[in-house]
Amino acid sequence: MNEEVRMSQKVGQMFGKIGSKLMTLLQGAMPQLVAVFGAFLVGAIVLLATGHSPIEAYGAMLTGAFGDVFGIGQTFTQATPIIFTALAFLFAFKCGLFNIGAEGQLLFGGFTAALVGISFNGLPVFIHLPLALLAGAAGGALWGFIPAVLKAKLGAHEVITTMMFSYVALYLTSYMVNYPLKAPGWVPQTVFVAPSAELPSILPPTQLSASFILALIIAGITAYLLKRTTIGYEVRAIGLNPAAAESGGINIKRGVILALVISGAMAGLGGAGEVLGVHRRFIDGFSPGYGWDGLAVALIGGLNPLGAVLAAILFGTLRSGGMAMNRVTGVPLDIIFVLQALVVLFVAAPRLIRYLLKKGGFKW
Amino acid sequence: MASAVEMKGITKTFPGVVANDKIDFILKKGEVHGLLGENGAGKTVLMSILYGLYQADKGQIFVNGNKVEIDCPSTAIKLGIGMVHQNFMLVPSLTVAENIVLGQEPKKHHFWFDVNKAVSGVQALSDRYGLEVDPKAVVYSLPVGVQQRVEVLKALFRGAEILILDEPTSVLIPQEVEGLFSAIRALRQQGKSVIFISHKLKEVCAICDRITVLKRGKVVGTVDRNETNQDELAQMMVGREVFSAFEKEHPAPGKIVLQVEGLRAFNDRKLLALKDVAFGVHEFEILGIAGVEGNGQTELVEVLAGIRKLEAGKICLNGKPIAHLSAHERIEKGLSNVPEDRQKKGLILDFSVSENLILGRHDKPPFAKRWFRLKLEKISDFAEKLIREYSIKTPNRDTLVRNLSGGTQQRVVVAREFSGEPAFIIVSQPTRGLDVGATEYVRKKLLEMRDKGCAVLLISADLDEILALSDRIAVIYEGRIVAVRECSKTNELELGLLMTGGKNE
Repeated sequence: MNEEVRMSQKVGQMFGKIGSKLMTLLQGAMPQLVAVFGAFLVGAIVLLATGHSPIEAYGAMLTGAFGDVFGIGQTFTQATPIIFTALAFLFAFKCGLFNIGAEGQLLFGGFTAALVGISFNGLPVFIHLPLALLAGAAGGALWGFIPAVLKAKLGAHEVITTMMFSYVALYLTSYMVNYPLKAPGWVPQTVFVAPSAELPSILPPTQLSASFILALIIAGITAYLLKRTTIGYEVRAIGLNPAAAESGGINIKRGVILALVISGAMAGLGGAGEVLGVHRRFIDGFSPGYGWDGLAVALIGGLNPLGAVLAAILFGTLRSGGMAMNRVTGVPLDIIFVLQALVVLFVAAPRLIRYLLKKGGFKW
Repeated sequence: MASAVEMKGITKTFPGVVANDKIDFILKKGEVHGLLGENGAGKTVLMSILYGLYQADKGQIFVNGNKVEIDCPSTAIKLGIGMVHQNFMLVPSLTVAENIVLGQEPKKHHFWFDVNKAVSGVQALSDRYGLEVDPKAVVYSLPVGVQQRVEVLKALFRGAEILILDEPTSVLIPQEVEGLFSAIRALRQQGKSVIFISHKLKEVCAICDRITVLKRGKVVGTVDRNETNQDELAQMMVGREVFSAFEKEHPAPGKIVLQVEGLRAFNDRKLLALKDVAFGVHEFEILGIAGVEGNGQTELVEVLAGIRKLEAGKICLNGKPIAHLSAHERIEKGLSNVPEDRQKKGLILDFSVSENLILGRHDKPPFAKRWFRLKLEKISDFAEKLIREYSIKTPNRDTLVRNLSGGTQQRVVVAREFSGEPAFIIVSQPTRGLDVGATEYVRKKLLEMRDKGCAVLLISADLDEILALSDRIAVIYEGRIVAVRECSKTNELELGLLMTGGKNE
């Protein structure tokens, strides 16, 4: 009897603990939630003003994104590369670096992964696939490493160099698939990667591949790296106060290089995931700007890995649901970009949100 | 002579620090008034209150005899008060004339910017005060001394009768200082009143009519230039304070722990800041470095800690050379450093207490496994232990250091640096800005470390602190150690003299 009471108390305590943790999490995410809500509200006004029913449009969007297996597959497929690039931006940002070159790191990582994917034949899956993924990470890491060294040794600002390297990656890979590595046909793309290098689909018959699982794992690793390891400790210390970090014996140059290399590797892995999981080949300019979306998503996610995953899924929802909305209600696809822009705008205006919350009687 | 400015009973507190404590200050019309004191004495805060950047908690301000409320700089400007900040507020890509008229541009037809009028107006102003500038020159191409002149002209253009110059010489090379001084004299002749903030005795004595000395947020006294001298000012600035005297025993020093020879290093402006510095620190010994700030102390600390490049010289710790080692390797070898500016160099304000407590040892056991995984439980236990041992007043170990008071922040630094069983500790300005209780606590801990056998290098602008704690005292002046004395065989008078270069061996 007593035992039971104690057990139930213990269970109650446990739930209480989880509950309070959830509450603090929710409180921390309040500005983001309000931003999303506000964006949809303003979006509704835009819809009304252009003669559409917001309820119908948003309803179509939600059913499109989550209503059937194809929708769900599409939603998470769209979210996947953005999770990688958001994590890449976030990790470098914690070190005080503005890596806006995730686009190029993703492209180059995708390219190196494709190279390994098409170069070998007859390797077992458990060797070929990891090798191709590793090549993708290495390609992205290299594209982070060069700007990092330029910064550490010469003081070149990473905003300029990472952005410029994006163009180098774009045109270099474009050249490669237009000339030396072009597959037969008129589309600039490589041949298919070997089946042993393909990332398996996890929700047939949709395009959703194991790359999504990989993205979640990398998000977990990012959180672990930042909070639980000496690397994360040093990276955050440098980001918050380089002078004190230096006094504390932290090697700033090493930290900066490490942060950009890890950041680049994450983006590169995202590119590998697209190439090996979705397209199964490298298609010229396959990224519609995942790198830039990642930047926005990282900010919307409150610069924390879990937030980045959720914000990326929101973007995925808008993308896949938007197409359905367009099909069903005839609302132009552009409203999606209006919504995306509004979310970013609201997140970028924390004071406005705080003011609104205060007005709404929320305790801050 | 009537007073241009009168400040009465000005009090201003920041969390954990009293920056200004019932300060009375009078600026007479047409005088150059020196405001002298070490960094952190409260000079800049007092002047920021006069200029409307801060509001005083208590006290009154009178300008030309009228009581005024100065709530922002534009009010101050209307009252005829101008301030030249340490860091210039100029637009580098605009011309001198454009910078000076910025915000009050002369207009053609009420709309177009009248460049010619701006240039001729600035030229006239420049001629009138003898502050030579080329109105058409672009600011970024000008030397610092000329940029400063532009700042002064900017204030005059806005009708300043009272000019506040905040550490105006700190950015100048010696040749430029003379130019600044003649400009100040010209302003005085034109009837302007000038407040000259500085911690350099020589300059204050060279240019000021009267001098007010501040220390730890209080006025030590106001004196006439003609009735004082550098030694007296040095003593006012750094001396005489009531703290409970410590039991003064000098344990016999043991073997030598830190030895340096022929240290040479540049400061940030690429001037030689350390010129053949040599000394040694023993076990069971505190070596105090006495000196007016800016004589090479900061560079000395950074060279020893391994974060400033050493041009020449030897540094040995326990008989082994360490000059080639990184800051990190020196920490491993038992060097510990309490930096002078705890918020900028000692702490990561947005880290928690426990994260700050392991900085420098975060990558080694017991806090990290294989240089990779942080052992959070070990870190928590360690933090709890230090919070208890050093009575760190924090809600808990996860509180951000930013939210703690100044004294508590220093306890975090001291706890971290003293707990690693260091062989050699560098301590710079350890009690600056702290209240009496925190000051005594830090001093007591320092003596404890010495009694355990540590070699301690104490750098302080506070002569009392040096005399109260040191076993031996080295005096630094213009990058050289000019004298070394047994603490018991010297006194304030002699040290004050040596610190100001008054007597050389």
